[in-house]
Amino acid sequence: MTAPARPTEAGPRPAPDPGAAAARATAAILRDTLHGTDRGVVVDSPPGAGKSTLVVRAALELAAAGRPLMVVAQTNAQVDDLVLRLAEKEPGLPVGRLHSSDADPYDKALDGLANVRKSAKAADLAGLDVVVSTAAKWAHVKVDEPWRHAIVDEAYQMRSDALLAVAGLFERALFVGDPGQLDPFTIVGGEQWAGLSYDPSASAVTTLLAHNPELPQHRLPVSWRLPASAAPLVSDAFYPYTPFRSGTAAGDRRLAFAVPSDGSGPDRVIDEAAASGWGLLELPARHTPRTDPEAVRALAAVVRRLLERGGAATSERSADPAPLTADRIAVGTAHRDQAAAVRAELVRLGVTDVTVDTANRLQGREFDVTVVLHPLSGRPDATAFHLETGRLCVLASRHRHACVVVCRAGVTELLDDHPSTEPVQLGVTVKFPDGWEANHAVLARLHEHRVPWRP
Amino acid sequence: MSLIATLARLEAVHSGRAQPGATVRHRHLSDRPLVFVPLTTAGEAGAPLGALVGADRRAPRLLAVPQPRDRDLRFAFLAELADVMLPYVDSFAGVVEAAERTDTDPETGKRVKVEVELCADAPQLIVPSRAGIEFVRLLGRSMRFRRTAEQDPEAPHPAPPRVPLLGRWLTHFGERARVPGSSLLLALSDVLAQHWTTGQSGLEDQHLGALLAWIAPPGGASGAEAALRAELERDAAGQLRCPPAGPATDPAFDNKLLAPAIERYDRARQALAAAEDGLTADDRLGALTTAERDVLALVETCALPTWEKVWDGLDLLRTLPEGAHVAERWTRDRWSFTGHRDRILAGEPPQPRRDDAVTAAGKLAAREREQARLDAQEALDDPLVMAGRRLAGEAFAGEVVDVVMAYGEGKRPSPRPLVTVRTEDRPHLAERAKVYRSLGGRPQSAQCVAEEEEGTLLVLRILDKMGRGKEPEAGSVPEKGDLVCFTLFEHEQRGGAKLPDPEQTPWTHGGPPGEESVPEAPDPVTEEDVL
Repeated sequence: MTAPARPTEAGPRPAPDPGAAAARATAAILRDTLHGTDRGVVVDSPPGAGKSTLVVRAALELAAAGRPLMVVAQTNAQVDDLVLRLAEKEPGLPVGRLHSSDADPYDKALDGLANVRKSAKAADLAGLDVVVSTAAKWAHVKVDEPWRHAIVDEAYQMRSDALLAVAGLFERALFVGDPGQLDPFTIVGGEQWAGLSYDPSASAVTTLLAHNPELPQHRLPVSWRLPASAAPLVSDAFYPYTPFRSGTAAGDRRLAFAVPSDGSGPDRVIDEAAASGWGLLELPARHTPRTDPEAVRALAAVVRRLLERGGAATSERSADPAPLTADRIAVGTAHRDQAAAVRAELVRLGVTDVTVDTANRLQGREFDVTVVLHPLSGRPDATAFHLETGRLCVLASRHRHACVVVCRAGVTELLDDHPSTEPVQLGVTVKFPDGWEANHAVLARLHEHRVPWRP
Repeated sequence: MSLIATLARLEAVHSGRAQPGATVRHRHLSDRPLVFVPLTTAGEAGAPLGALVGADRRAPRLLAVPQPRDRDLRFAFLAELADVMLPYVDSFAGVVEAAERTDTDPETGKRVKVEVELCADAPQLIVPSRAGIEFVRLLGRSMRFRRTAEQDPEAPHPAPPRVPLLGRWLTHFGERARVPGSSLLLALSDVLAQHWTTGQSGLEDQHLGALLAWIAPPGGASGAEAALRAELERDAAGQLRCPPAGPATDPAFDNKLLAPAIERYDRARQALAAAEDGLTADDRLGALTTAERDVLALVETCALPTWEKVWDGLDLLRTLPEGAHVAERWTRDRWSFTGHRDRILAGEPPQPRRDDAVTAAGKLAAREREQARLDAQEALDDPLVMAGRRLAGEAFAGEVVDVVMAYGEGKRPSPRPLVTVRTEDRPHLAERAKVYRSLGGRPQSAQCVAEEEEGTLLVLRILDKMGRGKEPEAGSVPEKGDLVCFTLFEHEQRGGAKLPDPEQTPWTHGGPPGEESVPEAPDPVTEEDVL
């Protein structure tokens, strides 16, 4: 998901060079983190802008400066991923992986790393340069002397109350996250605290900035993941006031297939997506149950054809095209039962190793091609859950090459029938764009790449 | 809405009767609940119009405010309400049993058991609908910061004694009602709608009359017709035959009956004030009393149908046997009641206007834990609720078709038998997912190790609750032919992480709360407060 600053090839491209712009932003962040006087630094990162690379780099520099560092991530998968990246970059660095006392608490790959110590007790890891764990685990740790520094990863997905439980552990912190992804939520009502600066169900960054508005805020300006075809759409629809751009130019990424199209809907939408980066496979309008069988079959059919047609992805990473294999493809849905239905259908078609998951669980992940079931497809209503900007943003920003959206016709009309009706809470900053606006923006663009299909 | 709820609604529409949504009662019902049917004044937030309140169906106490905008009359109403509610609450505060609680010893910092009192039972407040709970909160908020003449002799408009105390109790009831599964304050329409599924929308279920019409339609009519009648039918004078459960009243009632009656009361009062001699005053006092009685009678006609319906609804709920975990949850309600009783006895100030950061986070965490616990307990207590979870892929039931003994890999081999279950359910099992079943009330966990025959055969490795020996204890492993039900969700909740003390609130959350918020001052009296 990252690329070193590269010299630009010829061709029309906005100045300055994206590599240079990103490097400048990173340098400013590291300067504030290492030498600034503020207790916190906030970094907003659009999808695939090198957030993990930044975290690893900041961790290494802080460790090199002799500051004991704790790293807070949100899930065990994120923690393991960070530890692996740290060890890859600096194999000699003593790293602690604080884990839970459940069975299989961490990725077995960590066992092969010589300088990574793993324990369920923080005391066993005392004195190590970097200790990494989840916010939930850190909340149980007690210390006499706080850490000099902390890095909080995915801070926009962390809830304010989770930060409250761990903030006593560190003196200063670097908060990194993507404001456009899914907000944290609670299953029980928290309206009584809406509008309070420390609303426990708000995001950690919201609370932090409400109480410390003077903290320096930075932004990573370049998405290395999203291709030139996707960055403008995602930026316009979800980040209208903090635009970013793609690190690659229009011709840098190509997707080609060895087997020609058989003229079916799935094949036509695959070709459209390969050519333009986006494809909308539109099924006839209909109200359906959540696990719409036709849509599920369409998703599975697109995945199968992607694999059968022998795809090859050319990118700036290497001179030779890389084969489009199952592990480079993901299916994204809004609900878990939808994901389960797609998984079952793929098993029936004999397709394995394709990631199928909900938007929540796809956050932070990256694939070459994604096939997405539109959250509003077939629905009679547009609830706040299905309209949530972050959900659509996550689903539309996981791919390096192309994204195919499967959707029933009629979502535009559905949106027009259901304008946002969420109650306005005093003291709560209204998020803009709202889900309604963002959905319309995305649909308008997707309609240019529409392939109607009656299965 | 879950799939099973959708199906039940379709069935209700088809059959014309509400369908069971539960086979047991999932909320505690007191033997002696206090039913509270409040009415409020249109367009005047927090101005009660009247109420029926009482613990005896045959003897409701009627309270009314003949001029709702008059603060003195409002206080008189609230004082009367306190006279009914506080003795009821107090009657539970005195009966205690000994209990143990784990506390941190202030000297050693260790967790020690301490002997404390626990109230043997707790009061239970029943309001007709969800809006009634909001109204209880509103009343609590408007009363708990008032000062009585005794507390503050300088106060220009002192509240009658006990009114601030009632405010604190109502605030506690309202706050407790936010905890999932609690029963100190219940909205009857919510509880009924949980136990019966009607053929109308959730919003329509908020109308108590329509809801009861679906559950028990009078005279063999269909539920839909009866519900429509309950919502719309008016008498010759244009008044609803089934007034809304409140606290809001019907506009036709407000405009045609209530407003003229209040106006008559106002005029009678002005006339009395203008009386110049004793004889006229006597006459005019008589007119005032009549006008006051008229308003009272109107409030009664408006609230009495709801009062009757609430008791009908309670009778319906009592026909269901209590769920197995209900008593355990009620015990937590009793702890909550005892705790607040102790805070009042200790002379602590009323609940603050806003929670501080730590309190808010603590409450949210507790409620999330309670919600997860409630969801699990309701499913374990009730096969119909479990059926909904099975349909949603969160549980599965089936027959054990094979048991193979196996052992773990540790130094001391412990039993890890493999149990094969045949099921027609379609659980959303991730790879090596953990599943749980209830074994004598305690959760036994297992791991799904294989799916065979397109997921109809599940091989589970039992992980615990088999004793310490090499052989599992008798009855701890399912046997061939047993019917078992496993859930994908855990049955018990772990305690959350400890939050810092409020004085230790970190810099990210604004630091420790300032002193000014600790003893809350009442709102300053403005010109609008006094007519």
